[in-house]
Amino acid sequence: MTTQTFSKMGSGISFSIAMAICRRGVLRVISRPTLLLPIVFMPVIMLISFTGAFGSLTRIDGYGSENIYDWMAPYVALQGSLFAGVFGAAATAEDFETGFFDRLLLTPGSRSSILLGTVWVSAIRSLFPTVGVLTVALLGGLNLSGGVSAVLLLVVASALLASVFCLFSLAIVYRFKTMRSLMIVQLLAFTSFFMTIGQVPLEFMTGWLHEVARFNPTTNVLRFARQGFLDGITWDLTWPGIVVFAAANTIGFVLAFRSLRLIGS
Amino acid sequence: MNKVGMTVSSKVIKNFFSQTTVLAQRSLVSELRQIATVLPGLLFPLLLAFTYTEQFNRVLTLPGFPEVESFLDFLLPATVLQMVSFGASNSGTELALDIENGFMDRLLASPVARVPILIGRVAGSALLAGLKTVIIVLVFLIAGAQVSSGLAGLLVLVVSACLLVVVIGGLSQILAIRSGSQEVVGATFPLIFVMIFMSSAFFPTELMSGWFKRLAELNPMTWVIDPLRRLMIVGWSWSDAATSLGILVLGAVLITSASVHALHKKLGRP
Repeated sequence: MTTQTFSKMGSGISFSIAMAICRRGVLRVISRPTLLLPIVFMPVIMLISFTGAFGSLTRIDGYGSENIYDWMAPYVALQGSLFAGVFGAAATAEDFETGFFDRLLLTPGSRSSILLGTVWVSAIRSLFPTVGVLTVALLGGLNLSGGVSAVLLLVVASALLASVFCLFSLAIVYRFKTMRSLMIVQLLAFTSFFMTIGQVPLEFMTGWLHEVARFNPTTNVLRFARQGFLDGITWDLTWPGIVVFAAANTIGFVLAFRSLRLIGS
Repeated sequence: MNKVGMTVSSKVIKNFFSQTTVLAQRSLVSELRQIATVLPGLLFPLLLAFTYTEQFNRVLTLPGFPEVESFLDFLLPATVLQMVSFGASNSGTELALDIENGFMDRLLASPVARVPILIGRVAGSALLAGLKTVIIVLVFLIAGAQVSSGLAGLLVLVVSACLLVVVIGGLSQILAIRSGSQEVVGATFPLIFVMIFMSSAFFPTELMSGWFKRLAELNPMTWVIDPLRRLMIVGWSWSDAATSLGILVLGAVLITSASVHALHKKLGRP
């Protein structure tokens, strides 16, 4: 990050503007519940499909859990949060298409306030798939051995993941200003999540997938979020997740802020 | 029938086919022009297939799992049907777009018959699906997949893909005619995606349990996928070929009739 970027970000970040944007985003979701369908309905359906279809995996020696819900619920919740992040940026694309974003740019203070507000909305939106998936998983037979701390860890991971994908999506949207441009992020997001330990442990994988999943940063995110649902929370599984979240959020913020600064220049 | 009557009916049939061909061509060109939207529908199912193959190798040892050399052999029909599901509703979306931008009114004002407007569009998508199926099969064969029923089985797979497009495309056309909105038609995609996941596409129903197993068994996708899969991994069987093609032909006839009826109803005809 350059010194110039830091000074621009620092000069006049208005938390009241960020809060107002966040409030607008939350109200938008409440007034149009259909927006929640893809981020709640799809993960819930995926949970039902994955647990129903792949339930017999638990019969194989070495599978991460004896209860398929314990293994799949955090994975599907994170997948829903990822899309909550992408759809958070989609609202910005819609603002570009309707011309509202031009008016937002006229607000006083640093443009980073706009960025922060949008990321906060995405983090809040991640609660919907997480709660939806956990509710259905509990009805299905989730053990939740880690109790409240496991849920809290998943909620934190979901919010941080949503903010990562919101930032990367915004970096694209600020440049191309269309909803269609988000297809690239959606494809990358979906792909990165499939090539990880989402459905089976690393030991089950063979060939190129084993290597890709091993080095895929999302693997550490999943280990971080899933630990409370399997064997208990440990620092060994926590810190790699924190590192990935910190690095991805920083890189995402820099990319998004640079794209935002370039608007109109 | 007298000579004049026969001449008129042969002319009508000739016109019907030429109109359908022209509209199918238009639909095909329109889809190929948007190659960026066609490619993900081809690449994503392939990516999923290769990921699942490396991920589910240990599953082959589970009692009840069909005898296959690799998970890739098991996945071929599911990959093709998943690919089909990506582009099948395009004919409905395009029809809704034509309704939205007024092109449909111009078509209706022209001497084109009503049925080719619907069939032509679906035929274009079906041709493209056939082409994409051939690409998927070639990629699978290069990757080492084996097809026990040989060329005959592959032909059934390609025809099944085309027929499934007619079924899903017809459904999306009914929605397009009734709603006239691209957004409504687009909303059908997740439902089709869910139908594939809740079938025997990625796992045999024998290894499922409880209500999900029952649901998968009742899912028409399973009725099509299971015989197609047996053709791929067991060998040629007239009964399996007839089952998968029969179900799809029946579905195609019913859905196409329903879409023609919906169009006539919209235009105020009996």
